[in-house]
Amino acid sequence: MRAVTPMRTPLHEQHLALGAKMVDFAGWEMPVSYEGIREEHMAVRTHAGMFDVSHMGEVEVEGPAAPAFLQRVLSNDVAALATGGAQYSCLCDEAGGVLDDLFAYRLGGDRYLIVTNSANHAGDLGWLGRWSRRFGDVAVRDVADRYAMLAVQGPHARAVVARTLRIELPPRMHVAPVRVGGRPALACGTGYTGEDGVELLVDPEVAAAIWAELLDAGVVPCGLGARDTLRLEVCFHLHGNDLTPDRNPIEAGLGWCCREETGFVGSGAVAQARRDGTAQILAPFEIEGAGIPRQGNPVLAGEDAVGEVTSGTFSPSLERGIGMAYVRADLAEPGTEVGIDVRGKRRPARIASKPLYRKAR
Amino acid sequence: MAEATYPDDLLYHDQHDWARLEGDEHAVFGITWYAQDSLGEVVFYDPPELGATVSKDSSYAEVESVKAVSEVIAPLSGEIVEVNDALADAPEKVNEDPYGEGWLVKVKLSHPAERDALLGAEEYRKLLSAE
Repeated sequence: MRAVTPMRTPLHEQHLALGAKMVDFAGWEMPVSYEGIREEHMAVRTHAGMFDVSHMGEVEVEGPAAPAFLQRVLSNDVAALATGGAQYSCLCDEAGGVLDDLFAYRLGGDRYLIVTNSANHAGDLGWLGRWSRRFGDVAVRDVADRYAMLAVQGPHARAVVARTLRIELPPRMHVAPVRVGGRPALACGTGYTGEDGVELLVDPEVAAAIWAELLDAGVVPCGLGARDTLRLEVCFHLHGNDLTPDRNPIEAGLGWCCREETGFVGSGAVAQARRDGTAQILAPFEIEGAGIPRQGNPVLAGEDAVGEVTSGTFSPSLERGIGMAYVRADLAEPGTEVGIDVRGKRRPARIASKPLYRKAR
Repeated sequence: MAEATYPDDLLYHDQHDWARLEGDEHAVFGITWYAQDSLGEVVFYDPPELGATVSKDSSYAEVESVKAVSEVIAPLSGEIVEVNDALADAPEKVNEDPYGEGWLVKVKLSHPAERDALLGAEEYRKLLSAE
């Protein structure tokens, strides 16, 4: 199903007022940049930027069987998730293919919130709904309409948010109920940029007022363009590019969030991939000289095609082309020299270790 | 450059490229204000080789922003006699000064009469307002 008219977030007017370039993203009309991707990127690396990520989906899971149900469908050890905790997981099919990657937050008791990728939200809901029926006493609710989502990221993000919105923020990888704009909201110590920061899940009716307050406080509005360069510099996966149902978490480098002993859906296939290894591995790389890699570019070793770029861009921090590619497993070691075929030109590249960008200490 | 400008002394191609004639046999090419604004901040320019042949309406180079790649279309045919090497270190000149320091190549024209098919500044502005 595809929406004929793109959906708009509660901050649509704010984006237009700031002169944002808008693009269609997974059926949503979203800002790709305001002043420029580079400036926005650097604002997040050095100060604080905010992203409207209201296109992301939210699913509430509640009921006595919720912990057992989530333990079954999510790859991580959900039993280890305490109230107020946040946990990253893969949602796998029976063959271990990655249907989505997501954060689960334990809001309290047997109540959880899952934040989905917008392109996968409807599919995830269907999948979770089907599995939940085997567990009985658990409700899976689409609550995407209840929340606008604002990611405020950067070294100063927490301080500015706490001061401006007069709220106490939870530590990293935690979630806390707060009040903003006179309404209940959730503050999450998570993000997608490699910087400290918070993600705010707020009532759509007060989203514009919060956006305006943060703007006045000097937080720089940032679009999806900077969101992509920031996440790729720290090698965070983008589902649809670096993760797909045809790839398992092991080859994607996400074995760390898979606990096969919990018996999650797909755990057998994941255990086998971990034991036997995989033909290809997702590896970050840097272009050595000129050239910007793009999704779909072939990776070359000598004359042989040995893989494919799944994400590629120009890194504003490193000022060179960077990317991630699935490559033949024996070539995934950091330091390995490869070539990237960028529209017919061979660009020398080197497999690197994660993250590609490290904060100076 | 924040404001859209389309100098009157240039000829324009409908794919958002300009040509500045130098005598009867040479021309300098670049991309228009509209083209650089649509693309966003240019971070890489991949120039053609000196001596390469370019044909009117065909791609002769690439400019890339963080997000996108754009082929640059030759407004006229000829042979590349100079490329703007300064853009290797300062590709942002294409945004800051698209008709000056952001020029892309200089060409020795093989079919100077092709110029008659190009647009004047006024016609090009009309084309943009129709888009």
